[in-house]
Amino acid sequence: MSADSILRPPENLRRRRVKAAVFRGVTMALTWFCLVLLAVLLVHATRQGLPWLDSQFLSDFPSRFPERAGIKSALYGTLWLISLTACFSIPVGVAAAIYLEEYASRTRLNTLIDVAIANLAGVPSIVYGILGLAIFVRWMSLGRSVVAGALTMTLLILPIIIIASREALRAVPDSIRRAAFALGATRWQTVRHHVMPQALPGILTGAVLALSRAIGETAPLIMIGALTYVAFVPDGPMDAFTALPIQIFNWVSRPQAEFHELAAAGIIVLLTVLLLMNATAVFIRHRSQRKILK
Amino acid sequence: MSGVNISVDAKAPDAKQEWVPILDAQDVTIRYGTAPAIKNVSLTVPQNQITAIIGPSGCGKSTLLRQFNRMNDFIRDANMDGHILYHGVDIYGSGVDPVEVRRRIGMVFQKPNPFPKTIFKNISWGPVINGYKGDLQELVESSLKRAALWDEVKDRLHDSALALSGGQQQRLCIARALALQPEVILMDEPASALDPVSTARIEDLLFELKEKYTIVIVTHNMQQAARVSAYTAFLDMGKLIEFGDTNQVFTRPREKRTEDYVSGRFG
Repeated sequence: MSADSILRPPENLRRRRVKAAVFRGVTMALTWFCLVLLAVLLVHATRQGLPWLDSQFLSDFPSRFPERAGIKSALYGTLWLISLTACFSIPVGVAAAIYLEEYASRTRLNTLIDVAIANLAGVPSIVYGILGLAIFVRWMSLGRSVVAGALTMTLLILPIIIIASREALRAVPDSIRRAAFALGATRWQTVRHHVMPQALPGILTGAVLALSRAIGETAPLIMIGALTYVAFVPDGPMDAFTALPIQIFNWVSRPQAEFHELAAAGIIVLLTVLLLMNATAVFIRHRSQRKILK
Repeated sequence: MSGVNISVDAKAPDAKQEWVPILDAQDVTIRYGTAPAIKNVSLTVPQNQITAIIGPSGCGKSTLLRQFNRMNDFIRDANMDGHILYHGVDIYGSGVDPVEVRRRIGMVFQKPNPFPKTIFKNISWGPVINGYKGDLQELVESSLKRAALWDEVKDRLHDSALALSGGQQQRLCIARALALQPEVILMDEPASALDPVSTARIEDLLFELKEKYTIVIVTHNMQQAARVSAYTAFLDMGKLIEFGDTNQVFTRPREKRTEDYVSGRFG
């Protein structure tokens, strides 16, 4: 028998090969479809918005004259909002994750908490807006302030931070915990010195993803009454504010074409802030990963 | 049978007179949920000797070992009947802090598990968190020397411990346990993940360590048990079948089951 006939693929293998090729083609086409769609949006926004994007745009307040309109109050509002949200949500979220992952025993109550957190991550953001309005704005009398907005955003992203942090903690091998315990370490010493440093990169990634979601949220902010026309920069956490997505929404809903181009410029600013946040996270992650060894 | 002869040498006749109990398991039953893993085991571990626990896979030898320094506390559903006495004190008694138990009764695991930190920090961390006030440099050096690792790592104490070979990592883990100056060191198949040369180094090390420490070693390697230990306990299906000095257990076992196991007929 010649080698040719021995190695000739049987009919069955040929069919399997075709299936594999089709599947590969479909997944690739879908991937490219998403990328192209994103690229089209970006190119469109850039072409429309780039001519408007200058230092005047960043340093002026909103105006009803497009050529004098700027995004300063919205940009500062967003920076305030995200900083405060990070301050509230990361400590609480990480602490909750540590408790649930390292301390809590498998009781029925804790299982219930697990399920509740997973469900909360899927609640529509407008519901958090209503909650924020009722609790922070009205009941706690925080008014339409940055801090009320940040607390509402904290509620919104807390489940995401908790879930991501728990995943990161779970990824730390148990052998490290056992090694620490066998050296007479308490639970806290084990967590503080060994588990946390190793989980930190994963926790950071989760936190930044969650904050990225918060930065683009509009609905809950409209609900708690973040103003759309603000001609000042917040001086403190109790000041009224607006945020980038609200300003963009406001401009898009106006009839004049110039405002639509301003909205595109606003989108570029929003994306830049987002990219800077992600870059910071990558930087911190890289540094902490190097530090683990030291 | 040369391995057995070594253990005869190691255990001179006067070893019997030095029999001082340090750990005493009294009628211990350990269950995971309701399934018993250890059934009514009573076993006395003598001070400054190497005691081996042997038996086929799944016989409960690691479970029993972990019970000696309360590492089973971390396993959900694990529960115990009976008592384990350390110098006559029940380590599961009320008022006993498991953290203090583990500081005095150290442990080395099956797979080397150094911290992803420097060699120095691997050794110094345990003493530091336990409030050690002395000279850390000296402690690290003496611990590494006692674990026969000093010469290999003295020039790179501040490099990552993960860069060491498997055998070196395991000796680092032993050094790490020694740095706390425990009285007892429990070893759970410490050489099973290592090559023969590294295994031989660990076994040599055990001989030196028994001068100052009490060692309980779990192994499924019978030759290893015969080589290093003075006393051997044979467990099967959660029951203690036989416990006696190693020479007797391997050459003149009292139980048929033991004889079948040590002669390689099962397990």
